[in-house]
Amino acid sequence: MSGHEHKDYTGAKFGMWLFLFTEVLLFGGLFILYSVYLARYPKEFISAGKQLNVWFGGGNTLVLLTSSLFVAISITALRRGSTRLCLGLLGGTVACAAIFMVNKYFEWSAKIGHGIYPGSTHLKELPPGEMVFFNIYYLTTGLHGIHVVIGAIVLVWTMVFIKTGRVHAGDWVILENAGLYWHLVDLIWIFIFPLYYLILH
Amino acid sequence: MTQDHAHIVPYRTFIIVWIALLILTAITVAAAQVNLGALNVWVALGIATLKSGLVVAIFMHMKYESPLFKIALLSALAILAIFIGMTLLDVLYRS
Repeated sequence: MSGHEHKDYTGAKFGMWLFLFTEVLLFGGLFILYSVYLARYPKEFISAGKQLNVWFGGGNTLVLLTSSLFVAISITALRRGSTRLCLGLLGGTVACAAIFMVNKYFEWSAKIGHGIYPGSTHLKELPPGEMVFFNIYYLTTGLHGIHVVIGAIVLVWTMVFIKTGRVHAGDWVILENAGLYWHLVDLIWIFIFPLYYLILH
Repeated sequence: MTQDHAHIVPYRTFIIVWIALLILTAITVAAAQVNLGALNVWVALGIATLKSGLVVAIFMHMKYESPLFKIALLSALAILAIFIGMTLLDVLYRS
């Protein structure tokens, strides 16, 4: 086996998980901010949370859950030799990312149209608790949105690797790691959705 | 050396998990319509934790990984819990 490239697949995957842990702690900090201010301003959080559109949040939940399913299946497809199905599913995931961002664009546009955005004069006139809610909302969903865009770029990049044959049924750790990143994006939204869009009482 | 040895998860398993995730999402939305007071947040967090457990175990293959990965995950979650717990102990009981 001289000249054969040695690859540590377990190490590569473990490294990805370690990176994901730092991401969890990053978003964990934002959830701490949320819980501290929820405890301080429970009424304002409810009145501000009711102004978010459950349809946008719920729709994007379905989009992300489905995109996660696509990524999960794509790995099995690649390993079973169905490269075209794998690429189709990854393309579908990137399409889901685009749908998510378009939804986000309309959602944020509507909010900004009502004068609700960080630093706006309208926001400063709101009760302090509502101002805090919207600021953390923009910070958290904005950071999450950046992750959606990065995840989509990573998946497109992985699709190129699959097309060029660098990632295949015998060497798929890049797809595995790209998939892990995408699932993390879904995981964080699983918490954002109920905490921001569904605090009705 | 190839990566062939690892467990291949069948399509069906993923689709079942996806359906479970959709049902849990519907339950979260329904539960939010009922006024349980402060309990609403805990119900929402409980369902979200269950959903993320499914994503991590099956979609992210944690169920099929070696103990090293599971111990690392539990350590990271323990650190997160300490991080959140200590902050809240301070903030909530500050007089």
